[in-house]
Amino acid sequence: MTRTEGGCVIELRAKSPCDGLLPLSIGGVTLSEAAPGAMTCLMPYKGQAAALSGALEVACGIAAPAPGHSTVSDGVRILWFGRETLLLIGPEPAPELAQHAAVVDHSDAWAVVRLEGPGAVDVLARLVPVDLRESAFAPGATARSELRHMQAAITRLSADAFEIMVFRGMARTLVHDLRDVMESVAARAGR
Amino acid sequence: MRITCPLCGERDRREFYYQGAAVALTRPEPEAGEAAWDDYIHNRENPCGVTRDLWHHEMGCGAWLVVMRNTATHEVLEVELATDAKRTGA
Repeated sequence: MTRTEGGCVIELRAKSPCDGLLPLSIGGVTLSEAAPGAMTCLMPYKGQAAALSGALEVACGIAAPAPGHSTVSDGVRILWFGRETLLLIGPEPAPELAQHAAVVDHSDAWAVVRLEGPGAVDVLARLVPVDLRESAFAPGATARSELRHMQAAITRLSADAFEIMVFRGMARTLVHDLRDVMESVAARAGR
Repeated sequence: MRITCPLCGERDRREFYYQGAAVALTRPEPEAGEAAWDDYIHNRENPCGVTRDLWHHEMGCGAWLVVMRNTATHEVLEVELATDAKRTGA
């Protein structure tokens, strides 16, 4: 509370979705919150997918990824984010993109965490019904799937690092479920 | 049971929501008459064998799919995006 002109106003402070919950480190696997910057959902209008990809190349230097993939360049990432949906991460969206797609600000909509370490894939494999072996899910691959019972987006950043996104309101459940599994995987491995 | 989503690839059944027979793709005209509408709304086949259903890839990409499967063997025979099925008039 800040006292101004004889009355009280509430001083609002932005909190990240996993504020006070992370980081965690169990058995060599770490879970930390990512600060991805602006996140913008792009849904191309009918027949505009190619035009949107072209506009993205002009605006960000990278084209739209194919389903199941992501594209990355300096400080900009584009994730395939479902049927006819992309997620632009990093910069604010160029105004021209709105000519080809519905542009929706998702910056505060998602809890974004990073699961890293030699056992990260074993932790995720207990929660996600997707083939996570590197032969099927290489770095850069992305999937919309469920994590326990939450809708999630999972992207492989490197051999031992994954980015996991769930709706912001699910942040506490996400951390709870991941912590549970991190503990049991570590116990099983005797770490 | 696993369903191969045309966008996401082979995925576990738990990612999908079952809607029912794929009749919504062949909705009768508004003036088609009582019999056609009665049939569209109420009457369904219950085959022991090949059936054609609408599924929603709810926990995945969000696409509606037309899935042909065998109710006796649980074999999934064919999967296509509902938008494609609609376009080809199937």
